[in-house]
Amino acid sequence: MTGIVKKIIGSILTIAVVACLVFIAFAVIPGDPAVAKLGTQATPERLAALRETMGLNKSVPARFVEWIAGVVRGDFGSSYSYSMPVTKLISDKLPVTVILTLYSFVLMIVVSVPLAIVAARHENSAIDRVIQILSQVTMSVPPFFGGIIITLIFGLWLHLFAPGGYVSYTIDPVRFLTYMLWPALAIALPKGAMAFSLLYGGLTTERRKDYARTAYSRGNSTKDVFYKHLLKNACIPVITFFGMALADMIAGSIVIEQVFGIPGLGRILLISIQNRDYPVVEAIIVCIAVLVIVSNLLVDILYGVIDPRIVSGDE
Amino acid sequence: MSKKKNRDFNLILGSILTAVTTIPALIGLLWTPFDPHSMDNSLKLAHASFMHPFGCDNFGRDLLSRVMVGSATTLLIGLGTVMIGVIIGTFIGALTGYYGGLVDDIFMRFNDVMFSFPSLLLALVFVAIMGSGKMQLLFALGVAFIPSYVRIVRAEYVRARNMDYVKSAKLAGASDMRIMFVHILPNIFKILLNSVLIGFNNAVLAEAGLSFLGIGVQPPDASLGRMLSDAQTYLFNRPGLAVVPGVTLITMVLGISLIGKSKTVSGK
Repeated sequence: MTGIVKKIIGSILTIAVVACLVFIAFAVIPGDPAVAKLGTQATPERLAALRETMGLNKSVPARFVEWIAGVVRGDFGSSYSYSMPVTKLISDKLPVTVILTLYSFVLMIVVSVPLAIVAARHENSAIDRVIQILSQVTMSVPPFFGGIIITLIFGLWLHLFAPGGYVSYTIDPVRFLTYMLWPALAIALPKGAMAFSLLYGGLTTERRKDYARTAYSRGNSTKDVFYKHLLKNACIPVITFFGMALADMIAGSIVIEQVFGIPGLGRILLISIQNRDYPVVEAIIVCIAVLVIVSNLLVDILYGVIDPRIVSGDE
Repeated sequence: MSKKKNRDFNLILGSILTAVTTIPALIGLLWTPFDPHSMDNSLKLAHASFMHPFGCDNFGRDLLSRVMVGSATTLLIGLGTVMIGVIIGTFIGALTGYYGGLVDDIFMRFNDVMFSFPSLLLALVFVAIMGSGKMQLLFALGVAFIPSYVRIVRAEYVRARNMDYVKSAKLAGASDMRIMFVHILPNIFKILLNSVLIGFNNAVLAEAGLSFLGIGVQPPDASLGRMLSDAQTYLFNRPGLAVVPGVTLITMVLGISLIGKSKTVSGK
C-alpha cells in the first residue's frame, strides 16, 4: 500500500516539474506575442496596452507564480488569439481526445489478445502464418495512412460511414461512437499488431515451460492451459507495452483527428502552435502530460496487482 | 528448423524492400525524371501514363519524381535523427551508467519522464518552441529520441561495469574514457544496432506524422507525410496520390523492421 502512495506522490511531483518546464520553455523563447498579434506596424502605445491585458508587462518570475497558481485552480489564463479563457476553449475538446484514446485502447486489446491466443494455439499452422504476416505488415502502417485507407475503403467505396460526418457526443452519443470507431481502428491496428507479436512470443515461450507440461499432464485441455495458466504469465511483459501504447495513442489521436475531421485537442493544438498562442499550447501540453503520467501510474499499479513479486516503489 | 529458414527469409525480404525504396530515393537526390517542383496546369491530376508512371498531383507535378525526392527527405531526416539520438544518447548513457551515483539518479528521473512521453509529442513541443522547418524538425526529433537510447545504453553500462574484462582493464591502468568507449562500447554494438533500426523506423514515422500535420517539412519541399496530407482532398478521384507515398512509407518501414528481426542482426 505504501508503494502505491509513493508512486502517486511521485506522479504528482512529476506533473509539477513538467508544468514548470513547460512554462520556462515558452517564457524564454524569443518573440513578442503582442507584436505577433498586432503586427510590426503597431504603435508602441497599443503594444503596451495589449501587453498589459495579456499580462506580459510583469517580470517572468511574477508571471510564473501567477500561472502556477492558476494551473492549480484549473485556470490556464486567456488565449491570445481567441480572446477567451483557455479552460473554456479546451474543456469540451479534452473529452473527445480522451474518448478516442480509450476507444483505441480497448480495440487494441480486443483485436490482439484473441488473435495471439489463436495463433499460439495453432503454432506453425497455416492460420498462424497468415496472422503473422498480417501483423508484420499492419505494424508498419502509420496510423494517419491507415486512417486514409480506412476512409477510402470503408467511407468512400463501401459507404459504411460518411467521411467528415463527425457528430458531437453532446448531440448524439450513438452516432458519435459509431463514427469514432473508424479513427479508433486506425490508431488501434498498428499497436494491436505489436501487442499481438509480444503476446504471441510470450505464449509460445510459456507453453514450453515445465508448469505448462504439468498442467497438461493433470488432464487440462489446451484451452484451459492457455486461459488459466499461460495467459497471465505471458501478459506481464505486455502490460508494460500497453502502458507505453496508451501514451502513444494520445499522440496518435492528435494526428488522426486531422484525418477524420474530429474537433479534439489536436486541431486546437496545431492552430495554436501556428498562431504562437502560447497559453493554449501550454495548457494542452500540461493536460496531455497529466494524461500520460496518470496512465503510467495506473499501469504501474496494475503491474503490482498482476505480479505481486514486483516490489512496489522499487525499480 | 523451419524457424532458421524463416529468419534468413526475413533478411532477404527486408533487404529487397529496403533497396526498392532507398535506391530510388538516393537517385532522387541527384536526378529525377521531371523537376519535382515544376507545376504544369495541363497535367493537373493527370492519370498514369508512359511519361508519368504514377500520374501527376493537384499542381501537375510528376508524382514519381516527388516520391523519389520525398523519400530522400524522409530518409535523411530519419538518419539524422537517429545519429543525433545515438551519439548524444550513448554519451549520456555511458557516463551515467558507468559512474552511477547521484548525477545518475537525477538524470534517470528526468530521462524517465521524457521517455514516458510519446516522441511525436515531444517533437511537437520542440517545434512549437522553435518553429517549423526542415532543420528545426531534425533537431526536434533528434532530441526527442535521445531518452530511448540513454535508457538502453545506460542499462548495458551498468551491467558491464562490474564485469571481469572491465576490472582487468582498470587494473591494467586504462583510463575511464578508454574503458567506456574502447572496451565496453564495441560489446554493446549489437544491441545498439537493433535499437538503431527500430529508432530509425520510429523517426521516419514521426517525421511523416509531423509533416502530415503541416508542421514538419514545409512546401514546396516534398516529403511523404506532406504528400499524404495534400492527397486527402483528392482521395475519391485520385486515391493513387495517397496510396503511392503511403505504400512507399510502409515498404520502407517494413523493410527495415524485417532486417531488424532477421537472425543475422538480432542474433537470436
